[in-house]
Amino acid sequence: MDILPILATLRRHKVILWLLVLEIALTCAIVCDGVFLVTQRLQRMDMPSGIAEHELLQIQQAPIAPPPDRYARAQEDLAILRQIPGVLAVGMSNQLPFGGPSSNGNVMLSPTQPHPTLSAAEYFSENLVPTFGLHLVAGRALESDDYIDADTVLKSLADGSGKGFPMPMLISQALATRLWPQQSPLGKLLWLAPKASFRVVGVVATLARANAYNTATAQYSMIIPVHMGADKDQSYLVRTRPLDRQRVLAAAVTALEHADPARVISHTRTYDEIRSDYFQDDRAMAAILVGVIAAVLLVTGMGIVGLASFWVAQRRKQIGIRRALGATRTDILRYFQTENFLIVSFGIVAGMALAYGLSLLLMAHYEIPRLPLSYLPVGAVALWVIGQLAVLGPAMRAAAVPPVVATRSV
Amino acid sequence: MLAYHFDIALRSLKRNKVLTALMVLSIAVGIGACMTALTVLHVLSGDPLPGKSAELYYPQVDPQDARGMMPGNLPPEQVTLIDGMNLLRAKRADRQALMKGGAVPIQPASSTLDPFYVEARYTTADFFAMFDAPFLYGHGWTDAGDGAHARDVVITRKLDEKLFDGTDSVGRTLRIGGTTFRITGVLDAWRPNPHFYDLTTGSYDYCEQVFVPLQTALELHFDYNGSNDCWANGTGGVEGGPYPSATCAWLQFWVELDSPAKAAAYKQFLVHYSEEQRALGRFERAPNVRLPDLMQWLDHNGVVPSDVRLQAWLAFGFLLVCLVNTVGLMLAKFMRRAGELSVRRAMGAAKRTLFAQLLTESGLVGIAGGTGGLLLALFGLWLVRRRPSDYAALAHLDPAMLVVTFALALGASLLAGMFPALRACNVAPAFHLKSN
Repeated sequence: MDILPILATLRRHKVILWLLVLEIALTCAIVCDGVFLVTQRLQRMDMPSGIAEHELLQIQQAPIAPPPDRYARAQEDLAILRQIPGVLAVGMSNQLPFGGPSSNGNVMLSPTQPHPTLSAAEYFSENLVPTFGLHLVAGRALESDDYIDADTVLKSLADGSGKGFPMPMLISQALATRLWPQQSPLGKLLWLAPKASFRVVGVVATLARANAYNTATAQYSMIIPVHMGADKDQSYLVRTRPLDRQRVLAAAVTALEHADPARVISHTRTYDEIRSDYFQDDRAMAAILVGVIAAVLLVTGMGIVGLASFWVAQRRKQIGIRRALGATRTDILRYFQTENFLIVSFGIVAGMALAYGLSLLLMAHYEIPRLPLSYLPVGAVALWVIGQLAVLGPAMRAAAVPPVVATRSV
Repeated sequence: MLAYHFDIALRSLKRNKVLTALMVLSIAVGIGACMTALTVLHVLSGDPLPGKSAELYYPQVDPQDARGMMPGNLPPEQVTLIDGMNLLRAKRADRQALMKGGAVPIQPASSTLDPFYVEARYTTADFFAMFDAPFLYGHGWTDAGDGAHARDVVITRKLDEKLFDGTDSVGRTLRIGGTTFRITGVLDAWRPNPHFYDLTTGSYDYCEQVFVPLQTALELHFDYNGSNDCWANGTGGVEGGPYPSATCAWLQFWVELDSPAKAAAYKQFLVHYSEEQRALGRFERAPNVRLPDLMQWLDHNGVVPSDVRLQAWLAFGFLLVCLVNTVGLMLAKFMRRAGELSVRRAMGAAKRTLFAQLLTESGLVGIAGGTGGLLLALFGLWLVRRRPSDYAALAHLDPAMLVVTFALALGASLLAGMFPALRACNVAPAFHLKSN
């Protein structure tokens, strides 16, 4: 197909040409950056938690009046839960991966360090490895004589005696690699306060934080063997087979209420619900972005249909002349298709530059990485396809113009 | 003349229905998307207490240890119990209140209702007057009540309806966590958004139903919600109580100051206070005080979710594409009528008249597009409200945004019509008349 005549024609319709190129460029930029943002969200939603997600249940309860011994109460409750048929493991924790309220500590590698090295999640918990289904990759699991009551820890810190420290702890592989790259973390010490030292006794493969806002630090977690008393901020965790979840949850609530009617069961959730709740905004944002990308392509497509129809109507007589001079229907069809391809290509070139600029602007205001160049062809292909689809109707109408039109004066 | 313009415009729009529909649709989806995103942004970045917010300030002092200090460090976002009580007792502002969020078990007297937990606020007497909280019945407690650890409680209308069928419950008793309280007041529907006085419990969709004097709540060891920020060996609570230790900032302190001069004086007072505490050995850092007003405080905390801002930008980008699209379509439409316009020019119509004619047409497209956009925005907001986000329920179109919708639609379509109309009016009549 000879493109020179097409370029010569386009030169006579500069304004409409520029408008189309501008529209396609804007669309291309929105599509490229939009698709990238959607991918980012989808990747976030796939973030691993490290736990047996389909097997875990969370129960939160609060007593109406504080029990005489919160620690004894917690142990009694855990014993009750362990006896429910179908329960594989029970545990207790102050937080869950992606679970809402978080507890974090500032990690130091020496007690006199002026600035903390990093912040990591503190899982003050009981029996967490088997209940979460964590994978221990080095060292040992926590044992029953590793645990002490939270009150004892707090008193030791308050009076400055440092009694009971260093305590054993497990850390996640990501945290181990960040703190001691290329070294074995086993036996290493870290501090959460000048008097609070901890010795790493084991490493788990993956354990995400409750507030995993930042992908880079989302897997920095510590498991600390502390008995927490029964109160509204602690979660009882029950692991069971996926099919038994609803039955076990109902039985657990009944058993807990039976043991102490003067309590309120405030939250019961499966872990699947926790994950779905946590990522709901990402899911919604991805859906909105997909909607906008579709809408913007549709609008641009409609614009191309409108302008191509205008051009066809305007050039009706010239088309008739070409047909009379021997051009086939296919020639006319190809003419408009090639013209559209050229215009869209101009738009795409401008659009890629615009997409890159937009990405830089987004980076300045949001925590978004730079647009990878591999996303640019996505917008290009989308627009070429939309352009060809949109121009097909008007081009076929042009091809249908009979040669006899040339002999008529409108 | 306007009626004539309208008549011609309607005929012309009807003549090419597909092109007209494309233009109207293009404006409508652009405006619809834009208004949905803007309304959400507008609702979320609104002033929670219009008319009052400029007089409310959030004092911050820096009691942290010297370790890790860096120039330009901001003071903690909350105050310690000691500083809070000191500033409260100093009474240097017109009004002041110290507070913390929590949750308490309510034990209804009626046996048909099971005990349940509600969100609570532990605060001091000035809270209600300072934040213009409207009372349906009764009133708050007094300063004396604060000092005496009074077993007084203010409940919301919602709780009153649940427990007392909406009757005036002032003077009646309420069992909270095993203690009997006397109801002194019932608040009418009051839900400032964002939840500005305590952003640590979530910025939106958080609503306390019970207000208890702070000292009373601390004495009874009621559970607290929200964050605490500790330094040195500070931790979440010892000495028999579940409360954070002295080196933790965990309460919010607000003051009301009705003039900028008073605000400047109060800031000076905070500096003096910090110096005094440093002389006493409690503070280790040079005075580092802040006194943001309410809107500055919200801004500093970035309460509007960044996704919502991103959505607004996205919607503007989309509107821009729709506008460019409309300009192109209008240009096509007007240029096609070069023949008709030439005839009118030849018969003596002024350029100005033709220009007005064409703009009337774009205006009509704008009004139709605005109406479509409004319907789409209402639909969009309905979709937003169905989402489980904490702010979703707030997404409603208010009259101001309604006006903005039409102004935007009309402005956008007139703008889109301006350039095509100018070009179309400048046709050379002789050329078009001859070529036909």
